[in-house]
Parts: sequence; C-alpha cells; structure tokens
Amino acid sequence: MVMTATESSTSAARSFGPAVALSCRECGQRYALGPRFACEQCFGPLEVAYEFGDVSRESIARGPNNIWRYADLLPVPDNVADLPNMNPGLTPLVRADRLAAEVGMRSLHVKDDSGNPTHSFKDRVVAMAVEAGRTFGFTTLSCSSTGNLAGAVGAAAARAGFRSCVFIPAGLEEGKIVMAAVYGGQLVAIDGTYDDVNRFCSELIGDPAGEDWGFVNVNLRPYYAEGSKTLAYEIAEQLGWRLPEQIIVPIASGSQLTKIDKGFRDLVKLGLVEDRPYRIFGAQATGCSPVARAWENGHDVVQPMKPDTIAKSLAIGNPADGPYVLDVCQRTGGSVVHVSDAEIVDSIKLLARTEGVFAETAGGVTTGVLRKLIAEDGLDPQAETVVLNTGDGLKTLNAVDSGVTATIKPSLDAFKDAGLL
Amino acid sequence: MSVSVRVPTILRTYTKDAAEVTAEGDTLKAVLADLEANYPGIQARILDDSGKVRRFVNVYVGDEDVRFADGLDTVIADGSQVSIIPAVAGG
Repeated sequence: MVMTATESSTSAARSFGPAVALSCRECGQRYALGPRFACEQCFGPLEVAYEFGDVSRESIARGPNNIWRYADLLPVPDNVADLPNMNPGLTPLVRADRLAAEVGMRSLHVKDDSGNPTHSFKDRVVAMAVEAGRTFGFTTLSCSSTGNLAGAVGAAAARAGFRSCVFIPAGLEEGKIVMAAVYGGQLVAIDGTYDDVNRFCSELIGDPAGEDWGFVNVNLRPYYAEGSKTLAYEIAEQLGWRLPEQIIVPIASGSQLTKIDKGFRDLVKLGLVEDRPYRIFGAQATGCSPVARAWENGHDVVQPMKPDTIAKSLAIGNPADGPYVLDVCQRTGGSVVHVSDAEIVDSIKLLARTEGVFAETAGGVTTGVLRKLIAEDGLDPQAETVVLNTGDGLKTLNAVDSGVTATIKPSLDAFKDAGLL
Repeated sequence: MSVSVRVPTILRTYTKDAAEVTAEGDTLKAVLADLEANYPGIQARILDDSGKVRRFVNVYVGDEDVRFADGLDTVIADGSQVSIIPAVAGG
C-alpha cells in the first residue's frame, strides 16, 4: 500500500514512537508502517523514517540502563520499557590500552556486545522486531540465522509469549545450536548455506503457511535493523557524547554497519554530539568477502560468493546491504578489508590475552582487520578508534585450540618439574 | 519449454494473486519476455532500465542463483522452476 499524504500520522504512530513511515532507500517511495520490507516499485529495501521530538542528553540519561534509554529514537511503543522484552544494551565499552600498546594505536576501545542477554548484538535488533511483531499481531517469531540470531529470537519469543520457529544452515557451531534450542521453540537446520536458508524464508513468507509469522529479518526487517543504531548511540554516550574518529564493524548482511552510520547521523542531527568526521571500516573473513572484493575492485554492486570460513556468523555470501556498505565506507573515508581464518584465530587470542575479552569469530575478524589496517597504513593510529566485538567466544569454542598448559600431579615437586615457573 | 515461475507477494498484483504461474522459454530472458506477454508490466519490476536484473531481486533456476550461472542467458530446462525473490532479507 503506497502511502497518501493523510497517512503520515496514522494511529499506528503511537505504537512506533517517533517513526512515521517506511521509505524505500532506492527510489524514496513511502509506505505506511506495516509488515513490509521491499519496495513494490523497485524491490529496494524499506527503512524507517522518523519525525523526532525533543531529545536531550538529560532525557536519555533519565532512561533505563538498557537500549530503551534511546526509545525516543526508535520505532517502538512509548511504554516499551514496561513490556516483556529482553532489554538488551548498555554493554561495556572497554578501554583497550594494552591492545592499543601492542598494535600501536593511541586510543582504542572495544565495544563488547557479548554482554547482551543471549551474548551477541542480535538481542538489540530482535528487541525491535518483537515490538513490531506484537503490534502487527503475529503469533510466531521466525528468522533465518547464522546462529546468534536464532538464540536471540528463541529467548525473546519465550519471554514475550510468542511461538518461535527458526531456521539455520546445517553444520553450525554446537554452542549456537544448544543456545538456540534451549528456549523451547522449533529449531530447523536446512541442508545448505545461510543464503539458501534466507531464500527458503523469503519463499515461506509468501506462502499461507507463513501467514501469521513475523520473520524478524524479512518482513520485520525495517524495524529489526534499527536496533543496530543503539550501538552508535551507546558508543557516543560512553565516550562522553562524542563520535569516535574511526570504527571497525563486522559485515555479514551489512545492515549493522549502515545503521551505525545512521545512528551517528541521528546524533549529529539532534545536536547531541559535535559534528566531526568519522571513518567507518567494514571487516570480513577472506572466505566470505563479497563486499571487500567489490571494494577492492571499485565496484558499486556486490557479486555473491559461496562462503567458506570459520567466521560462520558473518558467512552471508549474498549480503542484502552490501551496496550501502560500499556507499558508507566511501563517504566516510573508510574501507572494507578481509582477513584469513588464521588471522581471525590469532586475533581472538590477542584480544583475549591483552584485554580479557573472549570474542567469537566475528570479533576476531574486526580485531584482525584493525591489525591489517595498521600494517597497511589504512587508518590513523593517532585517532580515537572503536572495534566491535559482536558475540561471545563461548559460542565458537571450536575455532580456537587453547587448552591446559600442563596436566600434573597435585604436588609442588610436580609443578616445579613441569617448568612452569 | 514450459516452466513454473514462483511469484513473490509484491508482484502478485500482476498475476491476479497467483503465487505460481507457468511460462515458456529456453532461457531466463525468454521466460521473462513470456511473462511480460501474459502479465504486462511485470518485467519492468524485475529488470532495470538497462535490461539487467534489478540489484535487489534474486532469481533462481531450481536451486541456482542465476548470478552464479549465466544471468539472463541461463538456460532453462523443461519442467524447471524459476523463483523470483526480493533480495532484501537476512542479516
């Protein structure tokens, strides 16, 4: 349904806070807020358009210690903090002096999003989708997932009282499977890649079988994706209401990177931070690097590829927001870089050894890309920089080979003999 | 060559709400042209002004994304299934 002028302030607006419409990123066509995700004119992605009210640093500070402190900037009901939701966010921004010294940076922070309720950034986006799903009257929550999202949807559905049925590619890490299954919903492994799973979900949505289903990253995707803006808001607030000069973000579909950019721009527009330049860098694994390859080749479209990497949470071979990632990195003076599986593992260990942060493989990708950018003079080592860790290393234990240093008898002699002193 | 074409929700205004239609053609290009003959206007939703598959549309022949095959020149075997799917999903 294409929007008419009179629909710009529908009764649905109260359920979506400051959100007023969905707008096509490609052609600008506007639609009433609803469970839709692609433009009827050009198939372009729809995103939430807002009319923000008065928002101040003080009004945010008065909010709860989770993402709902930014509710005035999100497409959620005004009373969202009172509804059953996982209430993610306000994860630590770790000042990473030891990592900075080791890699040669002046000022470095790690935004450690493993601190969310299901241990990945996905709780942020699912929190939005739950509210939209509730408003639209869906009874089942679903998604295509590389693992982290499956757990986030399972948990959020359980808390909010939805049925859940989530789809993953077969062969995911055991930690992610258990974590997705434990919440009691249905977990279906599909014999194929993530892109096959995604295709399946897109077809299911057009079938009567999926009629009452809210697919968080398909028909609820415009709302869901906005949750990643909260990473930008938090980072700026935790830096003392300042934008970082450089930020390194992992790329799977690319949505998170584009929404962090949108979040920074929101803050500038609202006068909450000083308008200073920032550079956004995208990070991929070499085994699934369609966006990095497009960047290297100077293309503005992304050729899909078949993923083969240990960074399974980033293994999307046909990234929906790839072209927009290229736009953002170009506009902000960043770049898109990929690192090998060996570099990912090494970087997971480096981050753990220097900062006590045990990242999942995606955090190894961003840390690896940081090192590569430094080595190749691709960023400014003097500039204030943030690296994202979007998930918990406990979910990807098989990626690292760390183990006991030695096994000894319980005696002082045995300890001394083992040469550990 | 007769093939079955799965139509996404946002294109069903052209197919009188049918989720699946049949079309003729031995390449994807020919199948789309046949669709256009029977459902005028539908092709312009799938292809851009320069005649390429729009960047936010995925087209599959069987299980194969045509971007991994020969694009619009992908050969379609008799009895194949062609699926047109919005690309903006996932992540």
